Amino acid sequence: MIDALIQGTLLGGYYAVLAAGLSLMFGVMRIINLAHGDLAMLGAFLVLWLVGLGWSPWLAVLVAVPAMGVVGMLLQQWVLARTLRAGVLLPLLVTMGLGALIQNGLYGVFGSEARSLADALGELSWASWTLPGDIVVGQLPVLTLVLGVAVLAGLQGMLSWTRMGRSIRAASSDPEAAALCGVDAASVHRAAAAISVALAALAGAMLATRATIEPYAGPLLLIMAFEAVVIGGIGSLWGTLLGGILLGLAQSFGALISPQGFQLGGHLLFLAVLGGRLWNQYRHGLGLSIWPTPRRTTTRAAAPKTLEAQP
Amino acid sequence: MNRPTHQPMVWMLVAALALALLPLVLGANAIDKLTTLFIFMLLASTWGLLAGQAGLVSVGQQAFFGLGAYFALRLVDGGWTAYPALFAGAIGAAVVAWGLSFFVLRLKEGEFAIATWVIAEVIRILVMLDPLVQGETGTSLIALNAVEPELRRNYGFWMALGSLVFMLGVTAWLLRSAVGTATRAIGEDDEAAASLGVRVTPTRRWVYVLASLGAALAGVAWLASAITFLPRTNFGVQWSVLMLFMALVGGLRSQWGPLVGALLLFVLQESLGHLGAWYLAGLGAVAMVFALWLPRGLAGVWDDWQARRSASAQPPLAPTPVSSSPSLNPVPRSSTP
Repeated sequence: MIDALIQGTLLGGYYAVLAAGLSLMFGVMRIINLAHGDLAMLGAFLVLWLVGLGWSPWLAVLVAVPAMGVVGMLLQQWVLARTLRAGVLLPLLVTMGLGALIQNGLYGVFGSEARSLADALGELSWASWTLPGDIVVGQLPVLTLVLGVAVLAGLQGMLSWTRMGRSIRAASSDPEAAALCGVDAASVHRAAAAISVALAALAGAMLATRATIEPYAGPLLLIMAFEAVVIGGIGSLWGTLLGGILLGLAQSFGALISPQGFQLGGHLLFLAVLGGRLWNQYRHGLGLSIWPTPRRTTTRAAAPKTLEAQP
Repeated sequence: MNRPTHQPMVWMLVAALALALLPLVLGANAIDKLTTLFIFMLLASTWGLLAGQAGLVSVGQQAFFGLGAYFALRLVDGGWTAYPALFAGAIGAAVVAWGLSFFVLRLKEGEFAIATWVIAEVIRILVMLDPLVQGETGTSLIALNAVEPELRRNYGFWMALGSLVFMLGVTAWLLRSAVGTATRAIGEDDEAAASLGVRVTPTRRWVYVLASLGAALAGVAWLASAITFLPRTNFGVQWSVLMLFMALVGGLRSQWGPLVGALLLFVLQESLGHLGAWYLAGLGAVAMVFALWLPRGLAGVWDDWQARRSASAQPPLAPTPVSSSPSLNPVPRSSTP
């Protein structure tokens, strides 16, 4: 029980890094990048490839993450920028196609073998601390959480205090007003895409240290990133961290119940949060309080609730 | 828009009747291939209806593809005979879609895409928890083994063909009705449509349930010809990728475009499918190219070409003879400007 609590919390840092990139891209460009998880896998495989060449894992991550940032910038410039004016449909279609391209390309190059960075990390991958009360905590998960929080703090600092950060925030809250004030939308978009993809690659590398990865894992990562964003609330980095931790907790507790429960727990928490938000909007739209009084429960009002229970 | 509206329908029925007689002349292999093609067409046209007409990009239609098959397995386990169970399963999946629509249709674009996907995953996990399915192992519709193989193949063929004709007919009827006008208006701009008095959510619900019924019919036809039910395959997200490819390449905004896309995918799969992952990567790349440069798909290319030709020819223009195959019968349903 306590173990699940700790494991879930420690997972949160990794989910937050994965989700922050998705959230940033959505906030600035209003694109939901359906290839986000696949880009994370691409970053992870890049790290693995460099390690395979004999590099130290740390150096490989230090090189691969900025390299993927450049990939993100080029992706924005050559691909996503073209779709931005064409409404909401095209970005979804393009990124879905990109996801299929990356997954199958990775499979074509690296094959189906599941890989991991654990070997390259040596002792660190199984080292642990024993806390009072005989609770064992792996060093690597703690390190991942600390790194995740540090990255989010750095990103928050960048958004708060640098010129580019101010531009990004301006462009995401009101693109037209920002453009009038001299913010160059194209460069803001490139920067946001670069940060987003670099964060995805970092998260992919974090996953590779902890577990095995394979080319077709990307879609599941995308789902989890999106779940963390929605659970934590769009538009706030610390909300994303909270969402990541809650997602990790739901999964860890789900895994206590059944092996399938790991995924199921996260999915159900996500659907419950989404349903709760819609319920609030719906009640708010009717001018009613969030909780119905017994006499007020009409069949129409009950609809969203019952649907959550039978997904 | 002002073309004779009944002509394509009549052509479609004639062609369907002719196709239904094919098992008398063609061998087993060809019938199997055509069944696959019809299943592709069914998936493509219903996804095109959802994304192109109503503006709902779903990554979760595989939920109904798998669910129809699962319900059929459950019914057969409960003592039903196989073929009625297959159809009842598809209808059951459509009922689930109707229930889910109250939740998912309140979501916006990207949220809709991912929420439908998550729901498909949840359904897959729940189905895998059922002892009948045996988790990853999957199961088979053993009842079908009692049917003689050749007859079974033909039944599968007629099921796929019949479902396709039924869905195309209903879709064509729907799009010509008031619901169709409303659907297109919503696909263009849902807020503007709502402000003009279009009842957005009920219309979308119609389209969503219909598209889900199509996916479920494709799923049970697939089960009827493949017999095995593997949760990871039947509920796999690759179905959505294929649907995207077919509908996008064929032309999202046209009713007949997705059929052309399905034909193209079928030909590509037959000729390049042995390349495995690289073939699928190529499909992703082609889908990107179409989304970026030819968002109206092959149907859009055809429309433009027709428009150029009729501009250079002298009006009034005699109706051009169209090719006999219904899937290639490109009725230029010019989308609203």
